[in-house]
Amino acid sequence: MHKYAAVVIGASTGGLQALMTLLPEVPEDFFAPVIIVMHMDQNAGGFIPTYLNGLSAIHVKEAQDGEPLMSGTAYMAPPGYHLLVEKGNLALSVDNPVRYSRPSIDVLFESAADAYADELIGVVLTGANSDGSQGLEKIKRYSGLVIVQDPETAVAAAMPRAAIEAVAVDHILALDKIGSFFRKLHNETHSGIKIW
Amino acid sequence: MITYEHTDERMMKKNELEDLEVELLLEVVYRRYGYDFRDYAKATVKRRLNGLMGSTNSSCLSALIPSILHNEDLFLRFVSALSITVTELFRDPMFYKELRELVFPVLSTYPFFKVWHAGCATGEEAYSMAILLKDAMLYDRAQLYGTDMNKSSIDKAKEGIFPLDTMKQGQSNYVKSGGRAAFTDYYCARYNAAQLSKQLSKNITFSVHNLVCDKIFGEMNLIVCRNVLIYFNRQLKDRVFSLFCDSLCHRGFLCLGTKESLEFSCLKDKFETISQKQRIYRKL
Repeated sequence: MHKYAAVVIGASTGGLQALMTLLPEVPEDFFAPVIIVMHMDQNAGGFIPTYLNGLSAIHVKEAQDGEPLMSGTAYMAPPGYHLLVEKGNLALSVDNPVRYSRPSIDVLFESAADAYADELIGVVLTGANSDGSQGLEKIKRYSGLVIVQDPETAVAAAMPRAAIEAVAVDHILALDKIGSFFRKLHNETHSGIKIW
Repeated sequence: MITYEHTDERMMKKNELEDLEVELLLEVVYRRYGYDFRDYAKATVKRRLNGLMGSTNSSCLSALIPSILHNEDLFLRFVSALSITVTELFRDPMFYKELRELVFPVLSTYPFFKVWHAGCATGEEAYSMAILLKDAMLYDRAQLYGTDMNKSSIDKAKEGIFPLDTMKQGQSNYVKSGGRAAFTDYYCARYNAAQLSKQLSKNITFSVHNLVCDKIFGEMNLIVCRNVLIYFNRQLKDRVFSLFCDSLCHRGFLCLGTKESLEFSCLKDKFETISQKQRIYRKL
Protein backbone atom coordinates (compact mmCIF):
# COMPACT_ATOMS: atom_id res chain seq x y z
CA MET A 1 0.00 0.00 0.00
CA HIS A 2 1.61 3.22 -1.07
CA LYS A 3 1.67 6.41 0.96
CA TYR A 4 1.42 9.11 -1.73
CA ALA A 5 -0.97 11.99 -1.16
CA ALA A 6 -0.13 14.62 -3.80
CA VAL A 7 1.31 14.89 -7.31
CA VAL A 8 3.08 17.95 -8.75
CA ILE A 9 3.85 18.37 -12.42
CA GLY A 10 6.03 20.93 -14.21
CA ALA A 11 6.04 21.63 -17.94
CA SER A 12 7.25 24.30 -20.30
CA THR A 13 7.65 24.29 -24.09
CA GLY A 14 5.53 21.46 -25.46
CA GLY A 15 3.67 21.23 -22.17
CA LEU A 16 0.20 21.65 -23.58
CA GLN A 17 0.63 18.71 -25.98
CA ALA A 18 2.17 16.63 -23.18
CA LEU A 19 -0.72 17.34 -20.82
CA MET A 20 -3.19 16.59 -23.61
CA THR A 21 -1.67 13.07 -23.71
CA LEU A 22 -1.21 12.59 -19.97
CA LEU A 23 -4.31 14.03 -18.29
CA PRO A 24 -6.99 12.09 -20.20
CA GLU A 25 -5.38 8.89 -18.86
CA VAL A 26 -5.79 9.89 -15.23
CA PRO A 27 -8.85 8.28 -13.56
CA GLU A 28 -11.78 10.58 -12.81
CA ASP A 29 -11.61 9.92 -9.06
CA PHE A 30 -7.80 9.90 -8.89
CA PHE A 31 -6.74 9.38 -5.28
CA ALA A 32 -4.54 12.50 -4.99
CA PRO A 33 -4.76 16.16 -6.05
CA VAL A 34 -2.58 16.95 -9.08
CA ILE A 35 -0.98 20.39 -9.09
CA ILE A 36 0.49 21.71 -12.31
CA VAL A 37 2.73 24.58 -13.34
CA MET A 38 2.92 25.06 -17.07
CA HIS A 39 4.87 28.06 -18.32
CA MET A 40 2.60 30.20 -20.41
CA ASP A 41 2.23 33.74 -21.64
CA GLN A 42 1.20 36.30 -19.02
CA ASN A 43 -1.88 37.15 -21.04
CA ALA A 44 -2.83 33.55 -21.84
CA GLY A 45 -6.17 33.81 -20.09
CA GLY A 46 -8.07 30.93 -18.57
CA PHE A 47 -8.78 28.85 -21.64
CA ILE A 48 -6.08 26.18 -21.13
CA PRO A 49 -7.56 24.58 -17.97
CA THR A 50 -11.03 24.71 -19.55
CA TYR A 51 -9.72 23.07 -22.71
CA LEU A 52 -7.89 20.31 -20.83
CA ASN A 53 -10.92 19.79 -18.62
CA GLY A 54 -12.94 19.04 -21.73
CA LEU A 55 -10.48 16.31 -22.74
CA SER A 56 -10.04 14.71 -19.33
CA ALA A 57 -12.06 12.60 -16.93
CA ILE A 58 -10.31 14.22 -13.98
CA HIS A 59 -11.58 17.73 -13.23
CA VAL A 60 -9.05 20.32 -14.48
CA LYS A 61 -9.28 23.90 -13.26
CA GLU A 62 -7.29 27.05 -12.64
CA ALA A 63 -6.00 27.20 -9.07
CA GLN A 64 -7.49 29.81 -6.77
CA ASP A 65 -5.77 31.30 -3.77
CA GLY A 66 -6.69 29.45 -0.60
CA GLU A 67 -8.42 26.65 -2.49
CA PRO A 68 -8.65 23.33 -0.60
CA LEU A 69 -6.93 20.38 -2.30
CA MET A 70 -9.31 17.62 -3.40
CA SER A 71 -8.77 14.25 -5.01
CA GLY A 72 -9.99 13.79 -8.57
CA THR A 73 -8.86 17.32 -9.41
CA ALA A 74 -5.96 18.87 -11.33
CA TYR A 75 -5.10 22.48 -10.46
CA MET A 76 -3.18 24.71 -12.87
CA ALA A 77 -1.26 27.83 -11.93
CA PRO A 78 -2.79 31.05 -13.31
CA PRO A 79 -0.48 32.96 -15.66
CA GLY A 80 1.66 35.56 -13.88
CA TYR A 81 1.36 34.03 -10.39
CA HIS A 82 3.51 31.58 -8.46
CA LEU A 83 1.53 28.60 -7.19
CA LEU A 84 2.48 27.15 -3.82
CA VAL A 85 1.28 24.02 -2.06
CA GLU A 86 0.47 23.88 1.64
CA LYS A 87 -0.79 20.83 3.47
CA GLY A 88 -4.40 20.64 2.31
CA ASN A 89 -4.64 23.85 0.27
CA LEU A 90 -3.08 26.07 -2.40
CA ALA A 91 -1.63 29.57 -2.15
CA LEU A 92 -0.73 32.13 -4.80
CA SER A 93 2.07 34.67 -4.78
CA VAL A 94 3.15 37.60 -6.93
CA ASP A 95 6.75 37.50 -5.75
CA ASN A 96 9.34 38.21 -8.41
CA PRO A 97 9.81 35.72 -11.24
CA VAL A 98 12.34 32.98 -10.51
CA ARG A 99 14.71 32.48 -13.42
CA TYR A 100 12.37 34.65 -15.48
CA SER A 101 9.43 32.38 -14.75
CA ARG A 102 6.26 33.18 -12.89
CA PRO A 103 4.72 30.68 -12.31
CA SER A 104 7.92 28.86 -11.46
CA ILE A 105 8.11 25.07 -11.35
CA ASP A 106 10.85 25.20 -8.68
CA VAL A 107 8.63 27.33 -6.43
CA LEU A 108 5.78 24.81 -6.78
CA PHE A 109 7.99 21.78 -6.23
CA GLU A 110 9.86 23.22 -3.24
CA SER A 111 6.69 24.26 -1.45
CA ALA A 112 5.14 20.84 -2.15
CA ALA A 113 8.21 19.07 -0.74
CA ASP A 114 7.86 21.20 2.41
CA ALA A 115 4.21 20.28 2.73
CA TYR A 116 4.13 16.64 1.68
CA ALA A 117 7.72 15.31 1.93
CA ASP A 118 7.70 11.52 1.38
CA GLU A 119 4.01 11.56 0.37
CA LEU A 120 4.80 13.54 -2.77
CA ILE A 121 5.32 12.55 -6.40
CA GLY A 122 7.09 15.09 -8.62
CA VAL A 123 7.01 14.93 -12.43
CA VAL A 124 9.12 16.96 -14.86
CA LEU A 125 7.85 17.04 -18.46
CA THR A 126 9.04 18.68 -21.67
CA GLY A 127 10.64 22.13 -21.58
CA ALA A 128 13.40 24.30 -22.99
CA ASN A 129 14.95 25.60 -19.76
CA SER A 130 16.04 24.04 -16.48
CA ASP A 131 13.19 25.18 -14.25
CA GLY A 132 12.16 22.30 -12.01
CA SER A 133 15.55 20.65 -11.46
CA GLN A 134 16.17 22.37 -8.17
CA GLY A 135 12.66 21.66 -6.98
CA LEU A 136 12.84 18.03 -8.05
CA GLU A 137 16.09 17.66 -6.11
CA LYS A 138 14.34 18.90 -2.98
CA ILE A 139 11.45 16.47 -3.52
CA LYS A 140 13.98 13.64 -3.72
CA ARG A 141 15.84 14.91 -0.69
CA TYR A 142 12.62 14.90 1.30
CA SER A 143 12.03 11.27 0.21
CA GLY A 144 9.36 11.87 -2.40
CA LEU A 145 9.13 9.96 -5.69
CA VAL A 146 10.63 11.66 -8.74
CA ILE A 147 9.66 10.96 -12.33
CA VAL A 148 10.97 12.58 -15.50
CA GLN A 149 9.56 12.33 -18.99
CA ASP A 150 11.94 10.49 -21.28
CA PRO A 151 13.72 13.29 -23.18
CA GLU A 152 13.43 11.21 -26.38
CA THR A 153 9.66 11.64 -26.23
CA ALA A 154 9.75 15.36 -25.38
CA VAL A 155 9.07 18.28 -27.73
CA ALA A 156 11.83 20.11 -25.83
CA ALA A 157 14.40 17.85 -24.16
CA ALA A 158 16.41 20.40 -22.15
CA MET A 159 14.20 20.46 -19.07
CA PRO A 160 13.90 16.69 -18.59
CA ARG A 161 17.61 16.29 -19.36
CA ALA A 162 18.57 18.91 -16.77
CA ALA A 163 16.39 17.13 -14.21
CA ILE A 164 17.97 13.76 -14.93
CA GLU A 165 21.41 15.28 -14.54
CA ALA A 166 20.55 17.00 -11.28
CA VAL A 167 18.63 14.23 -9.52
CA ALA A 168 18.79 10.46 -9.06
CA VAL A 169 15.43 10.02 -10.73
CA ASP A 170 13.21 7.07 -9.74
CA HIS A 171 11.55 6.61 -13.13
CA ILE A 172 12.23 7.92 -16.62
CA LEU A 173 9.06 7.27 -18.57
CA ALA A 174 7.98 7.84 -22.14
CA LEU A 175 5.16 10.38 -22.28
CA ASP A 176 2.54 7.78 -23.16
CA LYS A 177 3.57 5.61 -20.18
CA ILE A 178 3.15 8.28 -17.50
CA GLY A 179 -0.63 8.18 -17.53
CA SER A 180 -0.71 4.39 -17.11
CA PHE A 181 1.80 4.68 -14.27
CA PHE A 182 -0.69 6.86 -12.41
CA ARG A 183 -3.57 4.53 -13.26
CA LYS A 184 -1.69 1.60 -11.74
CA LEU A 185 -0.93 3.63 -8.64
CA HIS A 186 -4.59 4.57 -8.39
CA ASN A 187 -5.66 0.92 -8.67
CA GLU A 188 -3.18 -0.02 -5.96
CA THR A 189 -4.76 2.57 -3.68
CA HIS A 190 -8.09 0.86 -4.02
CA SER A 191 -7.07 -2.80 -4.07
CA GLY A 192 -4.34 -2.63 -1.42
CA ILE A 193 -2.15 -4.83 -3.65
CA LYS A 194 1.21 -3.61 -4.90
CA ILE A 195 1.15 -3.87 -8.70
CA TRP A 196 4.83 -3.45 -9.67
CA MET B 1 26.11 2.35 29.51
CA ILE B 2 22.79 3.93 28.65
CA THR B 3 21.60 3.62 25.08
CA TYR B 4 18.73 5.51 23.61
CA GLU B 5 16.42 4.11 21.03
CA HIS B 6 15.09 6.46 18.39
CA THR B 7 11.58 5.27 17.88
CA ASP B 8 9.82 6.22 14.66
CA GLU B 9 7.28 8.25 16.61
CA ARG B 10 9.99 10.55 17.99
CA MET B 11 11.83 11.07 14.69
CA MET B 12 10.63 14.19 12.93
CA LYS B 13 10.60 14.37 9.19
CA LYS B 14 12.80 17.08 7.67
CA ASN B 15 9.82 19.19 6.68
CA GLU B 16 8.15 18.86 10.09
CA LEU B 17 11.35 20.03 11.75
CA GLU B 18 11.47 23.06 9.45
CA ASP B 19 7.83 23.83 10.26
CA LEU B 20 8.78 23.85 13.93
CA GLU B 21 11.74 26.15 13.27
CA VAL B 22 9.56 28.62 11.37
CA GLU B 23 6.99 28.60 14.17
CA LEU B 24 9.64 29.26 16.78
CA LEU B 25 11.26 32.03 14.74
CA LEU B 26 7.93 33.81 14.19
CA GLU B 27 7.07 33.43 17.89
CA VAL B 28 10.43 34.99 18.83
CA VAL B 29 9.86 37.95 16.50
CA TYR B 30 6.38 38.45 17.94
CA ARG B 31 7.46 38.26 21.56
CA ARG B 32 10.60 40.37 21.12
CA TYR B 33 9.40 43.02 18.65
CA GLY B 34 5.60 42.78 18.62
CA TYR B 35 5.33 42.10 14.86
CA ASP B 36 2.94 39.20 14.32
CA PHE B 37 3.71 37.13 11.21
CA ARG B 38 2.39 33.93 12.78
CA ASP B 39 -0.69 33.82 10.55
CA TYR B 40 0.99 34.63 7.28
CA ALA B 41 0.62 31.87 4.67
CA LYS B 42 3.26 29.30 5.56
CA ALA B 43 4.52 28.47 2.07
CA THR B 44 5.59 32.03 1.19
CA VAL B 45 6.95 32.64 4.71
CA LYS B 46 9.18 29.56 4.37
CA ARG B 47 10.31 30.62 0.93
CA ARG B 48 11.18 34.15 2.00
CA LEU B 49 12.91 32.97 5.18
CA ASN B 50 14.97 30.44 3.22
CA GLY B 51 16.07 33.38 1.08
CA LEU B 52 17.00 35.40 4.16
CA MET B 53 18.83 32.41 5.61
CA GLY B 54 20.84 32.06 2.40
CA SER B 55 21.96 35.68 2.60
CA THR B 56 23.05 35.39 6.23
CA ASN B 57 25.10 32.21 5.88
CA SER B 58 23.03 30.39 8.50
CA SER B 59 22.88 26.63 8.37
CA CYS B 60 19.25 26.42 9.41
CA LEU B 61 16.29 28.64 10.22
CA SER B 62 16.54 28.26 13.98
CA ALA B 63 20.15 29.52 13.82
CA LEU B 64 18.62 32.93 13.05
CA ILE B 65 16.93 33.02 16.44
CA PRO B 66 19.84 34.19 18.65
CA SER B 67 20.80 36.86 16.09
CA ILE B 68 17.26 38.15 15.73
CA LEU B 69 16.86 38.39 19.49
CA HIS B 70 19.94 40.57 19.89
CA ASN B 71 20.43 42.26 16.54
CA GLU B 72 17.84 44.81 15.47
CA ASP B 73 19.39 45.17 12.01
CA LEU B 74 18.65 41.54 11.30
CA PHE B 75 15.12 42.05 12.58
CA LEU B 76 14.64 44.91 10.11
CA ARG B 77 15.92 42.69 7.30
CA PHE B 78 13.48 40.04 8.49
CA VAL B 79 10.55 42.48 8.29
CA SER B 80 11.71 43.55 4.87
CA ALA B 81 11.92 39.91 3.73
CA LEU B 82 8.34 39.27 4.81
CA SER B 83 6.89 42.55 3.55
CA ILE B 84 4.69 42.69 0.55
CA THR B 85 6.20 45.31 -1.67
CA VAL B 86 5.35 44.37 -5.24
CA THR B 87 3.04 46.95 -6.76
CA GLU B 88 2.76 49.11 -9.87
CA LEU B 89 0.72 51.97 -11.29
CA PHE B 90 -2.59 50.78 -12.73
CA ARG B 91 -1.69 47.13 -12.18
CA ASP B 92 -4.35 44.98 -13.89
CA PRO B 93 -5.74 47.76 -16.10
CA MET B 94 -9.08 45.95 -16.60
CA PHE B 95 -9.70 46.27 -12.86
CA TYR B 96 -9.36 50.05 -13.06
CA LYS B 97 -11.62 50.11 -16.09
CA GLU B 98 -14.41 48.30 -14.22
CA LEU B 99 -13.77 50.38 -11.12
CA ARG B 100 -14.50 53.46 -13.20
CA GLU B 101 -17.54 51.94 -14.90
CA LEU B 102 -19.18 50.16 -11.96
CA VAL B 103 -18.06 51.90 -8.75
CA PHE B 104 -17.47 55.56 -9.68
CA PRO B 105 -21.09 56.19 -10.71
CA VAL B 106 -22.15 55.24 -7.18
CA LEU B 107 -19.37 57.30 -5.56
CA SER B 108 -20.46 60.31 -7.62
CA THR B 109 -23.80 60.32 -5.82
CA TYR B 110 -22.06 61.17 -2.53
CA PRO B 111 -21.05 64.73 -1.66
CA PHE B 112 -18.03 63.30 0.09
CA PHE B 113 -16.46 59.78 0.24
CA LYS B 114 -13.52 57.90 1.74
CA VAL B 115 -11.24 55.34 0.09
CA TRP B 116 -8.83 53.04 1.94
CA HIS B 117 -5.91 51.32 0.20
CA ALA B 118 -4.98 48.61 2.69
CA GLY B 119 -1.45 47.22 2.31
CA CYS B 120 -0.53 49.94 -0.17
CA ALA B 121 3.27 49.38 0.01
CA THR B 122 4.90 52.34 -1.82
CA GLY B 123 1.56 53.84 -2.81
CA GLU B 124 1.25 53.20 -6.55
CA GLU B 125 -2.34 51.98 -6.35
CA ALA B 126 -3.41 54.95 -4.23
CA TYR B 127 -1.88 57.32 -6.79
CA SER B 128 -3.58 55.38 -9.59
CA MET B 129 -6.92 55.86 -7.82
CA ALA B 130 -6.14 59.58 -7.39
CA ILE B 131 -5.48 59.94 -11.12
CA LEU B 132 -8.70 58.17 -12.06
CA LEU B 133 -10.69 60.31 -9.61
CA LYS B 134 -9.11 63.44 -11.10
CA ASP B 135 -10.08 62.25 -14.59
CA ALA B 136 -13.65 61.68 -13.40
CA MET B 137 -13.71 65.03 -11.62
CA LEU B 138 -14.44 63.30 -8.33
CA TYR B 139 -11.10 63.96 -6.65
CA ASP B 140 -12.19 67.00 -4.65
CA ARG B 141 -14.91 64.97 -2.91
CA ALA B 142 -12.52 62.17 -1.99
CA GLN B 143 -10.32 61.49 0.99
CA LEU B 144 -7.85 58.70 0.29
CA TYR B 145 -5.95 56.70 2.87
CA GLY B 146 -2.97 54.49 2.11
CA THR B 147 -1.72 52.19 4.86
CA ASP B 148 0.99 49.58 5.20
CA MET B 149 2.78 47.89 8.10
CA ASN B 150 6.20 48.69 6.59
CA LYS B 151 7.26 52.21 7.64
CA SER B 152 9.91 52.63 4.96
CA SER B 153 7.35 51.77 2.26
CA ILE B 154 5.01 54.42 3.70
CA ASP B 155 7.85 56.97 3.78
CA LYS B 156 8.49 56.29 0.08
CA ALA B 157 4.77 56.55 -0.68
CA LYS B 158 4.65 59.98 0.97
CA GLU B 159 7.49 61.21 -1.25
CA GLY B 160 5.63 60.25 -4.42
CA ILE B 161 8.86 59.74 -6.36
CA PHE B 162 9.10 56.75 -8.70
CA PRO B 163 11.74 55.54 -11.17
CA LEU B 164 11.11 57.13 -14.57
CA ASP B 165 11.13 53.82 -16.41
CA THR B 166 8.19 52.56 -14.34
CA MET B 167 6.13 55.54 -15.50
CA LYS B 168 6.18 54.16 -19.04
CA GLN B 169 4.56 50.89 -17.91
CA GLY B 170 2.21 52.94 -15.77
CA GLN B 171 1.18 55.05 -18.74
CA SER B 172 0.62 51.98 -20.88
CA ASN B 173 -1.55 50.44 -18.15
CA TYR B 174 -3.41 53.74 -17.72
CA VAL B 175 -4.28 53.85 -21.40
CA LYS B 176 -5.41 50.20 -21.33
CA SER B 177 -7.71 51.03 -18.43
CA GLY B 178 -9.42 53.62 -20.64
CA GLY B 179 -7.55 56.67 -19.37
CA ARG B 180 -7.60 59.53 -21.84
CA ALA B 181 -5.91 62.43 -20.08
CA ALA B 182 -2.33 63.45 -20.73
CA PHE B 183 -0.59 61.15 -18.28
CA THR B 184 2.53 63.32 -18.28
CA ASP B 185 0.49 66.14 -16.69
CA TYR B 186 0.48 64.10 -13.50
CA TYR B 187 4.20 64.06 -12.89
CA CYS B 188 7.36 65.97 -13.61
CA ALA B 189 10.52 64.20 -14.63
CA ARG B 190 13.97 65.01 -13.35
CA TYR B 191 17.06 62.89 -13.94
CA ASN B 192 15.82 59.30 -13.80
CA ALA B 193 12.90 59.94 -11.50
CA ALA B 194 9.31 61.06 -11.74
CA GLN B 195 7.80 63.22 -9.00
CA LEU B 196 4.05 62.85 -8.86
CA SER B 197 2.15 66.11 -8.75
CA LYS B 198 1.26 67.59 -5.37
CA GLN B 199 -2.25 67.97 -6.79
CA LEU B 200 -2.48 64.18 -6.63
CA SER B 201 -1.17 63.73 -3.11
CA LYS B 202 -3.16 66.58 -1.60
CA ASN B 203 -6.08 64.38 -0.55
CA ILE B 204 -4.05 61.26 0.26
CA THR B 205 -2.90 60.43 3.77
CA PHE B 206 -0.31 57.67 4.08
CA SER B 207 0.19 56.05 7.47
CA VAL B 208 1.50 52.93 9.15
CA HIS B 209 -1.22 50.44 10.02
CA ASN B 210 -0.98 46.72 10.59
CA LEU B 211 -3.85 44.65 9.19
CA VAL B 212 -2.95 41.81 11.54
CA CYS B 213 -3.47 43.62 14.82
CA ASP B 214 -4.77 47.13 14.32
CA LYS B 215 -8.40 48.01 14.72
CA ILE B 216 -11.10 49.45 12.48
CA PHE B 217 -9.84 52.23 10.31
CA GLY B 218 -12.99 54.32 10.03
CA GLU B 219 -16.08 54.37 7.83
CA MET B 220 -15.04 53.78 4.27
CA ASN B 221 -17.01 53.88 1.02
CA LEU B 222 -14.40 51.88 -0.85
CA ILE B 223 -11.66 49.56 0.38
CA VAL B 224 -8.99 48.33 -2.03
CA CYS B 225 -6.73 45.48 -0.90
CA ARG B 226 -5.14 43.69 -3.84
CA ASN B 227 -2.61 40.88 -3.76
CA VAL B 228 -2.07 41.31 -0.02
CA LEU B 229 -4.46 38.68 1.33
CA ILE B 230 -2.81 35.93 -0.74
CA TYR B 231 0.03 36.15 1.77
CA PHE B 232 -2.21 35.50 4.77
CA ASN B 233 -3.49 32.14 6.00
CA ARG B 234 -7.20 31.31 6.15
CA GLN B 235 -7.74 32.52 9.74
CA LEU B 236 -5.98 35.82 9.12
CA LYS B 237 -7.78 36.32 5.79
CA ASP B 238 -11.11 35.92 7.61
CA ARG B 239 -10.06 38.29 10.41
CA VAL B 240 -9.10 40.90 7.84
CA PHE B 241 -12.36 40.42 5.88
CA SER B 242 -14.18 40.96 9.14
CA LEU B 243 -12.17 44.12 9.77
CA PHE B 244 -13.01 45.33 6.26
CA CYS B 245 -16.69 44.52 6.73
CA ASP B 246 -16.73 46.56 9.94
CA SER B 247 -14.79 49.40 8.30
CA LEU B 248 -17.17 49.72 5.35
CA CYS B 249 -20.15 52.03 5.45
CA HIS B 250 -23.58 50.84 4.32
CA ARG B 251 -23.33 49.42 0.75
CA GLY B 252 -19.62 50.15 0.61
CA PHE B 253 -17.33 48.45 -1.95
CA LEU B 254 -14.47 46.01 -1.43
CA CYS B 255 -11.94 45.31 -4.20
CA LEU B 256 -9.57 42.34 -4.09
CA GLY B 257 -6.77 41.12 -6.38
CA THR B 258 -7.74 39.39 -9.62
CA LYS B 259 -7.07 35.91 -8.26
CA GLU B 260 -8.33 36.51 -4.73
CA SER B 261 -11.90 35.94 -3.63
CA LEU B 262 -14.38 35.82 -0.82
CA GLU B 263 -15.45 32.38 -1.99
CA PHE B 264 -13.71 30.34 0.71
CA SER B 265 -14.36 32.89 3.42
CA CYS B 266 -16.97 32.72 6.16
CA LEU B 267 -17.81 36.37 5.36
CA LYS B 268 -18.94 35.70 1.80
CA ASP B 269 -22.66 36.02 2.54
CA LYS B 270 -22.16 39.56 3.79
CA PHE B 271 -21.30 40.75 0.27
CA GLU B 272 -22.79 40.65 -3.20
CA THR B 273 -20.55 40.23 -6.24
CA ILE B 274 -20.46 43.27 -8.53
CA SER B 275 -17.73 41.95 -10.80
CA GLN B 276 -16.70 38.31 -10.61
CA LYS B 277 -13.80 38.75 -13.01
CA GLN B 278 -12.30 41.82 -11.33
CA ARG B 279 -13.23 40.82 -7.76
CA ILE B 280 -15.37 43.83 -6.91
CA TYR B 281 -17.83 43.22 -4.05
CA ARG B 282 -20.45 45.31 -2.32
CA LYS B 283 -21.50 45.05 1.32
CA LEU B 284 -25.09 43.86 1.71
